[in-house]
Amino acid sequence: MQRSLHIEPLKCTGCLQCEMACSYHAEGAFNPSRSRIKVFTFHEAGRFAPYTCTQCDEAWCMHACPVEAITTDLDTGAKVVSESKCVGCKVCTIACPFGTINFHHVSGKVVKCDLCGGDPECAKACPTDAITWIDADWTGLERMRASAEKSLAGVAAS
Amino acid sequence: MSWTRKILRVNLTEGTCTPEPLNMEWANDYLGQRGLASKYLVEEIDPNCDPLGPDNKLIMATGPLTGTAASTGGRYAVVTKGALTGAIACSNSGGFLGNEMKNAGWDMIIFEGKSPEPVYLYVEDDLAELRPAGDLWGKTVWETDDMLHQIHQDPQLRVACVGRSAEQGCLYAGIINDKHRAAGRSGVGTVMASKNLKAVAIRGTKGVGNLDDPEGFFKAVNDAKAVLAENAVTGQGLPTYGTQVLMNVINGIGALPARNMRDVGFEGAENISGEAMHEPRPSDGKPNLTTNAACFGCTIACGRISTVDKNHFTVKNKPEYWGASGGLEYEAAWALGADTGVDDLDALTYANFLCNEDGYDPISFGATVAAAMEMFENGDITTEDTGGLELKFGSAEALTKCAELVASGEGFGKDLGLGSKKLCDKYKRPELSMTVKGQEFPAYDPRGIQGMGLTYATSNRGACHLRSYTVASEVLGIPVKTDPLVTEGKAELVKAFQDATALVDSSGLCLFTTFAWSMENIAPQIDAACEGDWSVERCLEVGERIWNMERDFNRAAGITGKDDRLPKRLVAEPVKEGPTAGQVNHLDEMLPEYYKIRGWTDDGEVTDETRQRLGL
Repeated sequence: MQRSLHIEPLKCTGCLQCEMACSYHAEGAFNPSRSRIKVFTFHEAGRFAPYTCTQCDEAWCMHACPVEAITTDLDTGAKVVSESKCVGCKVCTIACPFGTINFHHVSGKVVKCDLCGGDPECAKACPTDAITWIDADWTGLERMRASAEKSLAGVAAS
Repeated sequence: MSWTRKILRVNLTEGTCTPEPLNMEWANDYLGQRGLASKYLVEEIDPNCDPLGPDNKLIMATGPLTGTAASTGGRYAVVTKGALTGAIACSNSGGFLGNEMKNAGWDMIIFEGKSPEPVYLYVEDDLAELRPAGDLWGKTVWETDDMLHQIHQDPQLRVACVGRSAEQGCLYAGIINDKHRAAGRSGVGTVMASKNLKAVAIRGTKGVGNLDDPEGFFKAVNDAKAVLAENAVTGQGLPTYGTQVLMNVINGIGALPARNMRDVGFEGAENISGEAMHEPRPSDGKPNLTTNAACFGCTIACGRISTVDKNHFTVKNKPEYWGASGGLEYEAAWALGADTGVDDLDALTYANFLCNEDGYDPISFGATVAAAMEMFENGDITTEDTGGLELKFGSAEALTKCAELVASGEGFGKDLGLGSKKLCDKYKRPELSMTVKGQEFPAYDPRGIQGMGLTYATSNRGACHLRSYTVASEVLGIPVKTDPLVTEGKAELVKAFQDATALVDSSGLCLFTTFAWSMENIAPQIDAACEGDWSVERCLEVGERIWNMERDFNRAAGITGKDDRLPKRLVAEPVKEGPTAGQVNHLDEMLPEYYKIRGWTDDGEVTDETRQRLGL
């Protein structure tokens, strides 16, 4: 089964455990400034939102790359950057409508979420299940179930 | 190792920022944060210096677990000689400042001297420099935070700063980071402002690594996280209700002080409780609580984020207070509410917003207003003193007006900024000040919880619940249930809690983890992160060493066993009604035993033998 990162912002408390897990996996240190997933705090609304690459099928970054450094990992569906091919031209960072691929000034390459090769650390580290790793074909299943439950209540009342 | 092994020394008089290596010998004896920063302070300042003079120093310090994936590992502490008390002060804060400091590569920042002009410290990894803060001076915490983000064009910058209250000399001003997390107690913000230091703005991108035993670290950290998740307090009570889960509990057992501790038990407690924060308001159908929130790395997430009804009298036509912001924690809800007799939840929330917006301690503020209200009722303070304000117990209007006056330092706000002790001295009713060593009590009446009387009396930073939270044992049964109305065994309990707490406060972890964690959960995390062997025994010895070092500093500053006293009200005026009717606190039954267990003299002085045993 192919899986997908599933993010439910309402469950997020803004603790940044995901950013620590991500950066430790990718760079060997707890370093939120190097995390591929970012949690945004909307202070006045009292809301938090984790955000990362959704691994588009027809990925803008992939199509924009002039040296074909971005390819699809067929096992996970992740769009993966080849460090050896990437020339750091940043065209992909302009092409991506979501801002989830970014230049890393130390390596001179771009970095993005690669789903940790199929076992994403952010989902494992999230203490509130705001980030989960679920069936890629059924990311709507929980919401569907909740709606079904609601409709059931309507049936029972009639 | 997990220390960065580097500290930043900022000489405000000279305008210099100088890196220096961390004293690792001291780190091995005092771990980090509270303990290690206190060691530096004790070694570097004259205990008799004026807290608000250039000879005092102010240290911001992280612990070895700050910035790591250990749950709650984002804390930092501010250590200085306290403006409110003249005693050694250590105020601890969460939010996201501590991990940013560590990520920038610094274990601690020592501020010394006094800048001739207002300045702020800007840190970007190795770059550290003082910059002019003329435009920021006179601004609130919220404005300063926004302006610094604008000046540096960096949304990821983390800011700690003082508000107007500190600039105006309010003696219980704190340092606020991330707009609503506070190093709140003892006037550490007043010290910062006295140095003409408005803010510290940090951006760190270096990462925190160098774990001594990475595999062991993740095992210890993950095991400990599971313990937090499965515990009823840290897994359910705190995320759902925050510390406010305590309001009805403490009121129910007859230990919630009210109206300047004249009464025990508050009839309006339910209206200002954690449960009430969840209830939809009749006025706009929305609850006071918007969401819970975590500090850096915290898997508990007890923080309260609240919203006040737009039509509430406090914020009507003031859209700047319509957004969500840091809401009521238990101690604040008690001080602003029960202690002043006010049970209007939105009014308390608004007052709490102001405490954050202009950076002052809601516990000391609420308790000072409570003392003023009692003196107003007695006729010691009149409308002539207050500028026409009717300071009546139960008046939400009076409370919120007081909050506005302390924020700006105007009018009667100057008097209120003195704190309860100096205010009561000024109006010649010193016995009405509910303080120890000049610091106001928090939300547990020692007549209903005996151990808290000893906790308050012997706390090194003045009355405080966070130095030995025996409520855990006496009320909640953690780690074992003891009878709150019995004095026997409390000396031992208080010592054990004080030592363990000093260690936790030196690690980078949050004290709230200890609702679920014992030292058996904490030591392995430190041990795996840091070089050397950090056993439970060593951790407790470090805690005891820190406690005795702080005590010695205070003695040198003229604060001795004679100051280990409670106000007469708590030892001589019995509780009038409720479950604890007839009770007083029996401090005198516990204190001699406590001194003995500590290895101190009958007068409460640390003996040479004890110093030697602890390597002091």
